[in-house]
Amino acid sequence: MAQIFPKWTNDAPRRILLGSIIFLNAIVFSVWYFFSPEFTDVGYAPEQPVPFSHTIHAGQLGMDCKYCHTQVEESKYANIPATQTCMNCHNQVQVQNPENVEAIIESWETGEPIEWTRVHMLPDYAYFNHSAHVNVGVGCESCHGRIDRMEKVYQAEPLSMGWCMDCHREPEKHLRPVSEVTTMGYEVENQIEVGLDLVSKHNISAPTYCQGCHY
Amino acid sequence: MSKTYEYVPEPALVKGNHDFKDITAMITDINIRPTPKGWYVAFGIANMLLLLLLGSIGYLVWEGTGIWGLNSPVGWGWAIINFVWWVGIGHAGTLISAILFLFRQGWRTAINRFAEAMTIFAVMCAGIFPAIHVGRIWVVYWMFPLPNQMLMWPNFNSPLLWDVFAVSTYFTVSLLFWYVGLVPDLATVRDRIKSKIGKMAYGVFALGWRGSNRHWWNYEKSYMILAGLATPLVLSVHTIVSFDFAVSIIPGWHTTIFPPYFVAGAVFSGFAMVLSLMIICRKIYGLEDIMTIDHMEKMNIVVLVTGTMVGFAYIMEQFIAWYSGVEYEKFIFMMRAAGPYAWAYWIMFACNVFSPQFFWSKKLRRNVTFTFIISIIVNIGMWFERFVITVTSLSTDFLPSSWGYYSPTIWDVATYVGTFGLFFTFFLLFLRFLPMVAVAELKGVMPQADPHNYDEDGEFVPPKVEVPEPYKNQTNQ
Repeated sequence: MAQIFPKWTNDAPRRILLGSIIFLNAIVFSVWYFFSPEFTDVGYAPEQPVPFSHTIHAGQLGMDCKYCHTQVEESKYANIPATQTCMNCHNQVQVQNPENVEAIIESWETGEPIEWTRVHMLPDYAYFNHSAHVNVGVGCESCHGRIDRMEKVYQAEPLSMGWCMDCHREPEKHLRPVSEVTTMGYEVENQIEVGLDLVSKHNISAPTYCQGCHY
Repeated sequence: MSKTYEYVPEPALVKGNHDFKDITAMITDINIRPTPKGWYVAFGIANMLLLLLLGSIGYLVWEGTGIWGLNSPVGWGWAIINFVWWVGIGHAGTLISAILFLFRQGWRTAINRFAEAMTIFAVMCAGIFPAIHVGRIWVVYWMFPLPNQMLMWPNFNSPLLWDVFAVSTYFTVSLLFWYVGLVPDLATVRDRIKSKIGKMAYGVFALGWRGSNRHWWNYEKSYMILAGLATPLVLSVHTIVSFDFAVSIIPGWHTTIFPPYFVAGAVFSGFAMVLSLMIICRKIYGLEDIMTIDHMEKMNIVVLVTGTMVGFAYIMEQFIAWYSGVEYEKFIFMMRAAGPYAWAYWIMFACNVFSPQFFWSKKLRRNVTFTFIISIIVNIGMWFERFVITVTSLSTDFLPSSWGYYSPTIWDVATYVGTFGLFFTFFLLFLRFLPMVAVAELKGVMPQADPHNYDEDGEFVPPKVEVPEPYKNQTNQ
C-alpha cells in the first residue's frame, strides 16, 4: 500500500506537542506581562490645558504639596486647586510674561475653571481614600512618584490591586512619620524599624480582605 | 450427597456466528458508505437545538443572569441542576470503560466506545453551565489559578474550585482514554476507505498505526494506565460535585451521605442514558448481534442495583433527618415530602426508586421496549433528584420571612433543551465518522480469538470454532 504521508510527518506529533506547550505558556506569560497595568498604564502622561510644571513649583521652589492640594488630609480626594490658589502668587509673579500664565488669567477673568485632565484613575469599584493614607504616614511619592521632577505629571506606579497589596501586606516597608508625608526623596536606613514603630503607634492594620476596598 | 454440576458457559458476546471480516465490515462500513438521509434529518434537528443553545447563551451574556428564574432565596437553579445531571450521565461511560476493563468484563467491549463518546459530550454539555453562570463571562478565566496583576486567586477552600479541577481533569482523561482506544480502529478505517481525503483525515488521527507488535504493546500498556487513572475519577468527580452542596451548611445538603449517594445516582442515570442511546442505535445501524439482549440485561442489572442504592439513600436521608434531632434538618425533609415541591419529590421517588424495581423480572430485563421506556423515566427522575436537592433546601431555608417559590423562565428551559442540541450534534458526528464499537477489542472477546489448537496431551488439533449457545430455548434478537 502506498504511503499516505511524506516522511517528515513522523516528527509532526512530537513537534506539535512541544509547540503547543510552548505556545500555551507564552499566552499565559504574555497576558500576565503585557496586559498588566504595569505595562499598559505606567507612564501615562496626558496633555494638560495649562503647561504647569511640577519641576518648577514642587522642585525648584520647594512648595509643599498641601499648598495646592489642600484637602488631602481631610478628604477622600486630593483636590486640584482652584484658580484662586494660582492667583495667590500669579497676580504678581510672572505677570511681566503674560504668555506663560495666559490660561489662569483668562480663567480668573471669566470665572471658567480650568479643566485639568485626570492622570491617576482607579476603577469605580475600588474605594480609595487619601486622608486614610496621608494621616498615617503613606508618603505622596510612594504612589505618585517623584512629582518634583515631573515637567508633566505622569503615572509612575501601576495602581493595580497587586501593587496595593504589596503595601497593605507589609506596610512597615513603606511608612514614614506623618510630618514627612509630603517630603520628596525621603529615605532612612532603618526603614523596617521605623516602619514597625509607626505601625504600632498609629495602630495600623491595612485591610487585605475584599471588603476593605470593594463594597 | 451427590449432585451433578453442569457447566454453564458465559453467553456468547457476539451473536450470529460472525467472523472477523464481518465484524470489521459491519462497523466500519457505517463510516465508509455514503451518509444516509435520515442522518441529515437528525443532524438538522440537532443543529437547530444547538442554535437555540447558542442564542440563549448569547442573550444571557448580553442581558445577564437576570434572564433566569434565580432570585433570593433560590440562588441556584436550573444551571447547577443541569450541570450535575449532565456530569452524572457521563459517569457510566467511565465506569464501563475503566472499571469494567480492569475487572476484565468482556461485555464492555460492545458498548465502551459508545459510552465513552457519550461521557465526553455529556461533560461538554455540563461544562457549559458553570462557565456561563458567572455573569461576566469574559473573565471566566478567573476560575483558573493564573498569575495576574491583581494578586487575585481562586478560593482554594471552595468546593466550587475543586469542581473546576475535578471536571477538567475528568474531561481530559476521558478524552485521552477514548482517543487512545480509537487509534487502531481509525487505522482500520484509513486502510479500508477509498477516498483520498478520507485516507488523509483518518490517517492523521491514526498516528501512523501499522498494527505492529510494538504498537500493540504500547497500546495495551497506555490503555491500562489510562484505565487506572480513570478509575478513581469515577468516584472522585461526582464526590466533588456533591461537595458543592455537602460542604455548605444548608439543611438537606450538609450530609455525609452525599458523595456515595451522588456517585450511585450518577452511574444510575449514566447507564440509563447509554441504554436509551444504545437501543436506538443498534436498531438503526443493525448492530443487534454486537449490542445484544445479554448486554442490555447486564446493564439493566446495574440500573436495578444503583437505583436501589439511590432509593436507600433517599430513605436513609429521611431517617437521619429524624434521628439527628436537628430541627432544621427534620423540617426540610418534611418540606421535601409534603411541602410546595412535594410533586417533584414524588416524581423523583417514583422514577428512581420504583421504576427500576421492574428489573427484578428477567423477562422485563430482556424486553427492549420496556427497557427503553424505563431508561427514559430514570433520566427524568434523576433530573428531578437534582431539582429537589437544589431547590427545596434553598426555597425554605433558615429564615421563614425570606421563603420563596422558585420557577424557571423560558430561558432556563431554552438553555437546557439547547444542550441536547450540542450533545446530539456531537453524537451524530461521532456515529457518522468514528467506529462506534471498538472493533479491535471486540474481536478479542470472540471465540475465534481464543482458538485451542492443542488438546490436553499437547497434540495438535485443527482449529474448530464453536460458539456456545446457552440460551438455546430463547430467541435472540
